[in-house]
Amino acid sequence: MNWTREAYRVYRVAVSTELQSRTAAHPVKRARAPWKPWRSTIGLKVAMGVSGILLVLFLVAHMAGNLHVFEGRESMNDYAAGLRSFGEPLLPHESLLWVMRLGLIAAVAVHIVSAVVLTRRAMQARPVRYASKKPAKGESRHAVATMRWGAIVIVLFVAWHLMDLTWRTVNPVKDLHDAYGAVVATFDPERWPVTVFYLLALVALGFHLRHGIWSAVQTIAGPNTRWRKRTQAVSLAVAVLLVAGFAIVPLAVTFGLVS
Amino acid sequence: MKLSLRIWRQPDADTKGEMVPYEIDGVSEDASFLEMLDVLNEHLISEGKDPVAFDHDCREGICGACSLVIDGQAHGPQAATTTCQLHMRKFSDGDSIDIEPWRAGAFPVIKDLVVDRSAFDRIIQAGGYISAPTGTAPDAHAVPIPKQDADAAFNAAACIGCGACVAACPNGSGMLFMAAKVAHLGLTPQGQPERQTRVLGMVAAHDEAGFGGCTNVGECSAACPKEIGLDVIGRLNKDFRKAAIRAA
Amino acid sequence: MSTDFYRDGEPVADAKAPTGPIAERWERRRFSGRLVNPANRRKLRVIVVGTGLAGASAAATLGELGYRVANYCFQDSARRAHSIAAQGGINAAKNYRNDGDSVHRLFYDTVKGGDFRSRESNVHRLAEVSTEIIDQCVAQGVPFAREYGGLLDNRSFGGAQVSRTFYARGQTGQQLLLGAYQALQRQVAAGTVDLHTRHEMLELVIVEGKARGIIVRDLVTGEISTELADAVVLATGGYGNVFFLSTNAKGCNVTASWRAHRKGAYFANPCYTQIHPTCIPQSGDHQSKLTLMSESLRNDGRVWVPKKRGDHRHPAEIPEDERDYYLERRYPAFGNLVPRDIASRAAKIVCDEGHGVGPGGLGVYLDFADAIDRLGQKAVEARYGNLFDMYERITGENPYERPMRIYPAVHYTMGGLWVDYDLSSNIPGLFVTGEANFSDHGANRLGASALMQGLSDGYFVLPNTISDYLADGPFEALGEDHEAVVAARKEVDDRIEFFLHNDGDRTVDSFHRELGKIMWEYCGMERSDEGLRKAIGLIRDLKAEFYKRVKVTGKAEQLNQELEKAGRVADFFELGELMCIDALHRTESCGGHFRAESQTEEGEAKRDDEHFSYVAAWEFGEDEPVLHKEALEFEYVKPTQRSYK
Ligand SMILES: Cc1cc2nc3c(=O)[nH]c(=O)nc-3n(C[C@H](O)[C@H](O)[C@H](O)COP(=O)(O)OP(=O)(O)OC[C@H]3O[C@@H](n4cnc5c(N)ncnc54)[C@H](O)[C@@H]3O)c2cc1C
Ligand code: HEM
Ligand code: HEM
Ligand code: SF4
Ligand code: F3S
Ligand code: FES
Repeated sequence: MNWTREAYRVYRVAVSTELQSRTAAHPVKRARAPWKPWRSTIGLKVAMGVSGILLVLFLVAHMAGNLHVFEGRESMNDYAAGLRSFGEPLLPHESLLWVMRLGLIAAVAVHIVSAVVLTRRAMQARPVRYASKKPAKGESRHAVATMRWGAIVIVLFVAWHLMDLTWRTVNPVKDLHDAYGAVVATFDPERWPVTVFYLLALVALGFHLRHGIWSAVQTIAGPNTRWRKRTQAVSLAVAVLLVAGFAIVPLAVTFGLVS
Repeated sequence: MKLSLRIWRQPDADTKGEMVPYEIDGVSEDASFLEMLDVLNEHLISEGKDPVAFDHDCREGICGACSLVIDGQAHGPQAATTTCQLHMRKFSDGDSIDIEPWRAGAFPVIKDLVVDRSAFDRIIQAGGYISAPTGTAPDAHAVPIPKQDADAAFNAAACIGCGACVAACPNGSGMLFMAAKVAHLGLTPQGQPERQTRVLGMVAAHDEAGFGGCTNVGECSAACPKEIGLDVIGRLNKDFRKAAIRAA
Repeated sequence: MSTDFYRDGEPVADAKAPTGPIAERWERRRFSGRLVNPANRRKLRVIVVGTGLAGASAAATLGELGYRVANYCFQDSARRAHSIAAQGGINAAKNYRNDGDSVHRLFYDTVKGGDFRSRESNVHRLAEVSTEIIDQCVAQGVPFAREYGGLLDNRSFGGAQVSRTFYARGQTGQQLLLGAYQALQRQVAAGTVDLHTRHEMLELVIVEGKARGIIVRDLVTGEISTELADAVVLATGGYGNVFFLSTNAKGCNVTASWRAHRKGAYFANPCYTQIHPTCIPQSGDHQSKLTLMSESLRNDGRVWVPKKRGDHRHPAEIPEDERDYYLERRYPAFGNLVPRDIASRAAKIVCDEGHGVGPGGLGVYLDFADAIDRLGQKAVEARYGNLFDMYERITGENPYERPMRIYPAVHYTMGGLWVDYDLSSNIPGLFVTGEANFSDHGANRLGASALMQGLSDGYFVLPNTISDYLADGPFEALGEDHEAVVAARKEVDDRIEFFLHNDGDRTVDSFHRELGKIMWEYCGMERSDEGLRKAIGLIRDLKAEFYKRVKVTGKAEQLNQELEKAGRVADFFELGELMCIDALHRTESCGGHFRAESQTEEGEAKRDDEHFSYVAAWEFGEDEPVLHKEALEFEYVKPTQRSYK
């Protein structure tokens, strides 16, 4: 039906031209025209939520995959190889991996771009700080700090992590077919700062997800008060499981359970 | 009661402001927070100084004019209470209290503690109504509304437009205010025909006014004197999503 | 009759009230009134001052009709007009309860409730229009209380025998105003209404006898500007704040009306003031306003004071036989449920005799102990929980454990600018709606009727009647250099100049508080010849001192709240004096006006229909006001004496 679009256009014109001149006592920063729903604060937030959930799904799979480490070198390396040879010879080598990677890159791009745009808008919308601090009382007490600072830690981590375990630039094991060896090498007790950095990053990720998951659900599904409590619990559980599932690998290596 | 106050003083929109210390003695426990400021102002005027400007009108928690951030908290420490309804017995003798204006890019300071909240009106202008020109209405009983819906609509409609949600939100977002109106009208049968255009128009006006986005922090709801719940933001998001897909 | 403070003038010539059967008058008037062709409406500009129920509804409706409207309010948003504070509800003769209500009954109750001092034609029209208001508001999405079946709920209010009050929890005024505000914002978006918030009207512009514009001050920049138009509508609310302490919002004022009055508009029945019996008493000198507690509390609370004077014991320690349940004692039939004016005065009497409780002895107990015993705390909580919380927030006392303290407070003003049936003042082109006019409530307003009147005026009456006047327009275009405009601006400038340069030493509030005390003492719940004469003297002295000693800080070209207050208080002085003169001249008791000299043997109000069955419309005079009488006729409801024994 077209009336929606037409009436919507009328509102738009009214909002942006007439009203601005009529009632704005002060110059208002305009969004770049033309306004598109997906560029709005809510549109961006939906994009961030959806991409975030995709990232969560990736992490769940990744974590599960990592646990092959406990089944020994063979199993882990076969798993890694399996990912690469999926569908062969019907499909070219590494197709699944590249589909995943492209999806991942897209999700990360959307996630980061919307995060950056929203964060900038938020900073403009709140340019002055209060002189006195107050106790946080909201749903997600420290979400702002943990989400934004945490995100930076995660970005740094992923950069290192790719150089470490995907490209092996900084990893002693250069054999791309020996994922197991690379993992064991990177968490060698000698290289404890790396392990510590991984663990720190995981904590940051945990906080990011504790708020991120329920926030994404609230944005996408808009649950009522009762469901909000439940999604918050689920969100916390997923975050803890993910962090634990990831952390167990470096810890196991460090304490010699896997070598 | 004796109090040490630090109050944001700013002569006008273009001049830089600062926190200025004041001492005030003999404050009655029974006085409201605004009455305490009245007393301070009487002293200041007697000394030939400019009194502290602040917005207020009804002084009974319904007009939404009063707007102070007290010790970092919009409308002060008491839950579900506007500044005008906050009484000094919530404080103790010798306390130091910081008083600041609402802080948000969309709410520029006009003077001292007075800010410009006309952005809220612009959001309403962009669709926060039902088009029902005078005299065109059918009988009030033409459409029954289930009591649950009517009550839920009322809960959202209770918003007084004070702006505490924006002041408390770390993103300077006007979502709770806007969502309360979208939820109120969206919960009534009369509000259905314009439901989609309303939400698109209002969100556009909200963003254009310079409010930030919502990241579900929830400080807004905690500061809201009318206890508007976060579920209205969920409703807003949902309405918006549907409308945006249809308009695309 | 005393004529030492005023002069008698000609009776009011024409109230334009149509004749014929009362139920047909409004229909006839609408038909006889001239219309404006839609294409011409665009050429006509109407100023509406005020965005309360009366102003916002009028501005929105005129905008919808296609007039070009300029709308003003002094708050930062139209939504904050004082109507937002109304709690109880709005009456309408829908008869949804099938309990015998009808337009005629609402008409009858309102005339009688007004103690036979209102105009029958107006009241009947109000009752007719009441049903359309509810339809209109529901269509706008106003969330009125509903029953499980989905239909609208009603309650009985203010002692009415039928359930005709529609309500939205305890926030009816808020929800109705938001409906009107949203309709108004829709017109702003459509470009038909220019809305100016934080602007205060300071002067009326009259050209060749017609109201043609206003002078306003931008409260943020201090800029003085002129708005010219074909007609001016004042919807500026009530003036209860002349008493300093009242249930009105702090900004409520009489300035717009008073400026019009000084320019020739009659001010009618200024002394009719409604005092609400259940407000939270004053707690000290810092007090800035009084808070209303819903009247419904009297349904379950019992009112008492200690029998012993100055008894400062904790109420729980005062045994039954040392308590005086004075309402139950004096009015055995109605007990705690007597009408507002009677309950108020009874409280004043016991406090004046020294039985009052709480700070300053100005309070009586409203005790729920019996109700809690009878119904259980849970039930009481369900009924009044939010009111009890509010009480506790303000007083710090827990009303479940200790009886509430209440005291009467000024609440509503029935007087206002005189208007005819068309809501036009005696100045052509100046219309007045809502609480600002005097029209429909007589000497006493029934609960839940002010909201009805405001919306009736704004949505349905004014938009119909104003066209008859505008049909002659557009009037000759005026320039800002027209001498009348220049003169009006100069008056405003001079006044501001005066305040800012007066070398005084007292704050505006200190004067306002003192004026309020005088008004409350002598022109409050009970008035006497002697007291009123004294009050007039005191007001004149205080006013002289005000102009000598008032101190206003700051500059004109900025947000200056002291300057705003100074202008308002200056007008309150003149109004206060006129109120006292009006109260002095009306030697009868009627409705909210109780003259000590005119009471029955039992101490009840005694009307004097023979001498006072008229509206007192006052014309401004530099030396003394001039009284014009509009005789009231009662064809349909015959005057009787009220009795609640
Ligand atoms: C606490 C309380 C409870 C009440 N409860 C009820 C109830 O339950 N039922 C009921 O029927 N009635 C009730 N009333 C009465 C009712 O609320 C008012 O009579 C009614 O709302 C008045 O509406 P109005 O539009 O005439 O004026 P207001 O709502 O007072 O609006 C006045 C408008 O004029 C503007 N204005 C004033 N002066 C100027 C100026 N100089 N320049 C520019 N603008 C100006 C203001 O900004 C405002 O917009 C209650 C009143 C109070 C105080
Ligand atoms: C790559 C670096 C990352 C950056 C820069 C980043 C940044 C952000 C930011 C700024 C937010 C919004 C913060 C807020 O709500 O206050 C956010 C939300 C979110 N992030 Fe990330 N993030 C990153 C990685 C991840 C990862 C790896 C995941 C999942 C595994 C993830 C999942 C989420 C989710 C689910 C949300 C919630 C979205 C919403 O609020 O609707 N993020 N992210
Ligand atoms: C601490 C536990 C972790 C271990 C042991 C680990 C291990 C690995 C290994 C071995 C690889 C290479 C796989 C291959 O090339 O086949 C890899 C790739 C990757 N890891 Fe991790 N990882 C961990 C945590 C994380 C976290 C927390 C994130 C995200 C925030 C992450 C994101 C990635 C990404 C994006 C890749 C690249 C995938 C690709 O090549 O397509 N990892 N990880
Ligand atoms: S949502 Fe709450 S805090 Fe926000 S404007 Fe409305 S009442 Fe104020
Ligand atoms: S605090 Fe702000 S981030 Fe959203 S939930 Fe409230 S608007
Ligand atoms: S002054 Fe009206 S809400 Fe506080």
